[in-house]
Amino acid sequence: MNVYMDNNATTMVDPLVRDAMIPFLSEIYGNPNSLHRYGTASHPAISKAIDQIYKGINAGDEDDIIFTSCATESNNWVLKSVWIDKILHGDKNHIVTTEVEHPSVLSTCKFLEEQGVKVTYLPVNDQGIVEAHTLRSFITDKTALVSVMWANNETGMIFPIKEIGEICRERGVLFHTDGVQAVGKIPVDMQAVHVDFMSMSAHKFHGPKGIGALYIKGSQKLSPLLHGGEHMGGRRSGTLNVPYIVGMGKAMELATQDLEAKMDSMAAKRNRLEDALLSIIPDTFTVGERARRTPNTILISIRGVEGEGMLWDLNNAQIGASTGSACASEDLEANTVMLAIGADHELAHTGIRLSLSRFSTDEEVDYVIEHFQKAVTRLRAISSSYAKVGPTKGGEAAECGIHH
Amino acid sequence: MAKNDLLGGSLWDQYSNKVTSLMNNPTHQGEISEEEAAAHGNRLIVADFGAESCGDAVRLYWEIDPASDTIVNSKFKSFGCGTAIASSDMMTQLCIGKTVQEAVKITNIDVEMALRDTPDVPAVPPQKMHCSVMAYDVIKKAAGLYLGVDAAHFEDEIIVCECARVSLGTLQEVIRLNDLHTVEQITDYTKAGGFCKSCIKPGGHEAREYYLVDILADVRKKMDQEKMAAAATAGLGGNFDEMTLVQKIKAIDAVIDENLRQFLIMDGGNMEVVDVRDSEDYCDIYIRYLGACNGCASSTTGTLYAIEATLKEKLSKRIRVLPI
Repeated sequence: MNVYMDNNATTMVDPLVRDAMIPFLSEIYGNPNSLHRYGTASHPAISKAIDQIYKGINAGDEDDIIFTSCATESNNWVLKSVWIDKILHGDKNHIVTTEVEHPSVLSTCKFLEEQGVKVTYLPVNDQGIVEAHTLRSFITDKTALVSVMWANNETGMIFPIKEIGEICRERGVLFHTDGVQAVGKIPVDMQAVHVDFMSMSAHKFHGPKGIGALYIKGSQKLSPLLHGGEHMGGRRSGTLNVPYIVGMGKAMELATQDLEAKMDSMAAKRNRLEDALLSIIPDTFTVGERARRTPNTILISIRGVEGEGMLWDLNNAQIGASTGSACASEDLEANTVMLAIGADHELAHTGIRLSLSRFSTDEEVDYVIEHFQKAVTRLRAISSSYAKVGPTKGGEAAECGIHH
Repeated sequence: MAKNDLLGGSLWDQYSNKVTSLMNNPTHQGEISEEEAAAHGNRLIVADFGAESCGDAVRLYWEIDPASDTIVNSKFKSFGCGTAIASSDMMTQLCIGKTVQEAVKITNIDVEMALRDTPDVPAVPPQKMHCSVMAYDVIKKAAGLYLGVDAAHFEDEIIVCECARVSLGTLQEVIRLNDLHTVEQITDYTKAGGFCKSCIKPGGHEAREYYLVDILADVRKKMDQEKMAAAATAGLGGNFDEMTLVQKIKAIDAVIDENLRQFLIMDGGNMEVVDVRDSEDYCDIYIRYLGACNGCASSTTGTLYAIEATLKEKLSKRIRVLPI
């Protein structure tokens, strides 16, 4: 059995989404900016996609949702353009974000720091959440922007976006949220929160890769990142990616239709999987209260089993999962989220993330339970953490000299 | 970065078949008990290296024939990734049949070489080279326990990059001889820092005693000091007008210290050089009188004349001395 449980990384394109996209590749391929019939032929489908996306996140008609290539572009756009508009050409000098943002926010913030911007990285609590009151004390008169993700990719923990939005409104500070892990998984209602900008990406909710969007409240000013033609009112140039826009619209519609029911179904499977792993396998723990998590995510630490080794065995069993372990990364740096939670250093080395989708089945859950347990049994049999014969006197290991 | 690097290889695709097969089926995974070793009339040595909280840990078991110091059996336990398990397994294989004295000579590079499928293709991607270093460290520790000496006893030089086994002495020499300015250059010349990158700067995978950035800074600083000293030496005997500003200030101070200051101090005063400004026609030295010199009638006449004349004579006719 092949089981893909890495849906926080990316998802399968829903076959219905694929079908909706197909006509816009080789049949209706005109440039929507062209005056002729071939160009305008795609307009109804683009309008429909726009409606689907506005409806999916309950955006107001006065708001803008601008298509981008991905959430990385959306995140870069907000951070860099706020820097240009409010810091280079304004009297602000400060941006507030968190320690657990996606690299497209963190790396951009590091870049802005090199340009002289002051950046505050808010810490998270042991649940991996930034508490709203923490933010309050870090906003100054010079703060241009607060950027806090809606839900975290590693833990699935949902951040208090409503409260944070209120604080930003009170203080007159722009608020951006990276909504990549929230949109299509949990209710996202732009009229119920005060958010100036929200990034999203279609491939996280069964749409295609290479298409995302930026929500802009009240069509407010934000200098373009990409200059060029007058596409999307000049806000983001580049020929409209019609098939992908159509796909994103369809994916949004499918993901947000009966969302509560989809969430319940996903959560039921996730909870069964999590309960089984925690009860069958001793010396394990998961991160974050379930009620405050996206319904598809489990981050589990398995004592004595290093994350990359665990991923290896799961992969041999045709299961796709993810680890924040330093050993699995190109640069041997432990995952920033794991480090920021800081509950246990072991988490940085033993954390395995399983992320389900609405396509996950009970059979898949059973299969993962069985093979997860097998992998842990095999690796714990090799693990020095479970060895019985202790070291010769004097042969004990020195304390850890590693930084994390 | 170029065409072949655009996609970035998969970590696991870069593991050799030997690494893969030892990870899937380690051959020497397990433990040796005291009773087992005693039953064979052998001595058991068990050594740990690393810790779970560090991300990798290994426990090495040696059953040693005390008559010949030969390692007759070896097992391991490992908390770590695939390459850590495979390296540990290969380490035990390399130990078996060797005397303790021979085993100490096994380095992480030997372990990695033994894991290769073909001699010229690395067994693991660069950042995983680090895993085999633990094998080297734990062998030293086990040998130290058996022979009753400290593990450091086996190391005769300071190794800065353990993955590539590059010593502090080598690094200092290479930086100096090749006039290296960046860590990237050091990696190109020595391979140090090209693997797990822990030794480049603090905050990497593992805390180190020495970091390449510090070694580079230290050597560069020493080189600069030597250059300056050489320039200053040359400058003192040389042409004041061709000196750098700093050399000029030093030369002026040297002349004042040698020829002038003692006379001012005898009268209860002193002076200091406040600024040196060089223009095309003049070198203006701004001084401030201290103590009794301050306000003394002679300070703007005879004394000033003496100071200026001495500096002119010793250094350059372009000098003017201006009290402020």
